[in-house]
Amino acid sequence: MSAEIPDWTRGAEGLALARCRACGHVQYVRRPFCPECGSEDLGVERASGRGTVYAVTAVARAPSPDLQAFAPYGLALVDAPEGFRFMAHCPAEGVAIGAPVRTTFRAFGAGLVPFVTPEDQP
Amino acid sequence: MSVVTGIGLTPFGRLSGASTLDLMSRAAAEALADAGLERREVDGLITGYSTTHPHLMLSTVFAEHFGLRPAYAHAVQLGGATGFALVMLAHLLIEAGAARRILVVAGENRLSGQSRDAAIQTLAQVGHPTHEVPLGPTIPAYYGLVASRYAHEHGIADIAELAVLMRANAARTPGAHLTDPITAAMVGESKPIAAPLRLLDCCPVSDGGAAFVIERADSARPGPAIRGAAQAHTHQHVTAAPSLTAFGAGDSAARALRQARVGLADIRFAAIYDSFTITLAILLEEIGLAPRGAAGRLAREGHFSAGGAMPLNTHGGLLSYGHCGVGGAMAHLAETVRQMRGQAGPRQVPPPALALLHGDGGVLSSHVSLVLETSR
Repeated sequence: MSAEIPDWTRGAEGLALARCRACGHVQYVRRPFCPECGSEDLGVERASGRGTVYAVTAVARAPSPDLQAFAPYGLALVDAPEGFRFMAHCPAEGVAIGAPVRTTFRAFGAGLVPFVTPEDQP
Repeated sequence: MSVVTGIGLTPFGRLSGASTLDLMSRAAAEALADAGLERREVDGLITGYSTTHPHLMLSTVFAEHFGLRPAYAHAVQLGGATGFALVMLAHLLIEAGAARRILVVAGENRLSGQSRDAAIQTLAQVGHPTHEVPLGPTIPAYYGLVASRYAHEHGIADIAELAVLMRANAARTPGAHLTDPITAAMVGESKPIAAPLRLLDCCPVSDGGAAFVIERADSARPGPAIRGAAQAHTHQHVTAAPSLTAFGAGDSAARALRQARVGLADIRFAAIYDSFTITLAILLEEIGLAPRGAAGRLAREGHFSAGGAMPLNTHGGLLSYGHCGVGGAMAHLAETVRQMRGQAGPRQVPPPALALLHGDGGVLSSHVSLVLETSR
């Protein structure tokens, strides 16, 4: 079932989460069990990609020469309404803490990464 | 009870040609000489790790190299918190009677043993391998995220004062990596690294080594006593942090103080991990050594200066004495011992009877606190 839910960490455009059917705990970094209660009864769901910016930075010095071509790039931690926090790329300027955002995906380095933009920007 | 009877600290900076084992050996030899001991008089060895000398068994690699045959040995890895975790472990092993006299040692040619790109890339791998690292974060970027939250809640203009203080302290410390005076304006105008952090908000990458001898208390061999030691671990990855404004440091420090049966008000010297200005501000505030949002202002007002109410990192800290990995925070303890002994030269403060030390590893995710007291 989980194979049908698109997940950017596996190369498909989508944010996935796992919800524990026993206690309701939501996890973004998925394990085969619930870290809160230990249950292995999990359901994988597609997240809306909406959220609120919790923290934001702009990376001027990339970690490796191949990524330096993308710099400066914005990095944000975003709180999703489904109950998890995720890291995403964002515009390097003009993204404020508390801003509502939506998610698209873009190529970065060797793969695909989530990219959030403020709801009030086109 | 355990006491620190020997300290060894190399200069930090670019020490071309020195390997991890060379730097560990220099620091260890200095600590043994300081403690008045021969190699054979040590029965325990605990080491950190080195990114330029990765090995499954660094402690015994060092033992063979340096000429030790310890009855107890292993290495410890806890990121930036490793240095104080080593000291806490030595303390516990001494208390438990597992060893009588332990050499704690770390060293790394982190600057000259690899390219700066390689160092940055290695450190960036501490992020989550599938949900963070592919996005290209760096260690400064993780702290930039933390700093953005701090800026949002308190404003961040003042924290540059912490970099200014560390640089002024380093200027009086032989062996410091960075000693040219700086101003808050220079911090604010330095090269952007990961907003809102700029180059002078970040510690340098250095070569260096540090070592201690920690042993069972003996009136014939005096030294500062380890009165309290505690840890707290709240998460690993920044995405999984319960909060980016409250961390485990307060909890860890409070338990170390309780164990020592003293209060924060009794502390006369602070040695606090300062990988970035934001790290130092948050730890000072979380521990209770400054009100929330006020660490930078207190630094500007002289509160944390050598002549102030709470002398802080008088050697210059990671921000200016330098950061060579595990040995980085160990320099804070070496300085604390020097201040307690009255051996800090031009930066000597009234020798403090009680000192609080705090280290963090990861991105404020792992915490180790120590309380040292001058032996009476």
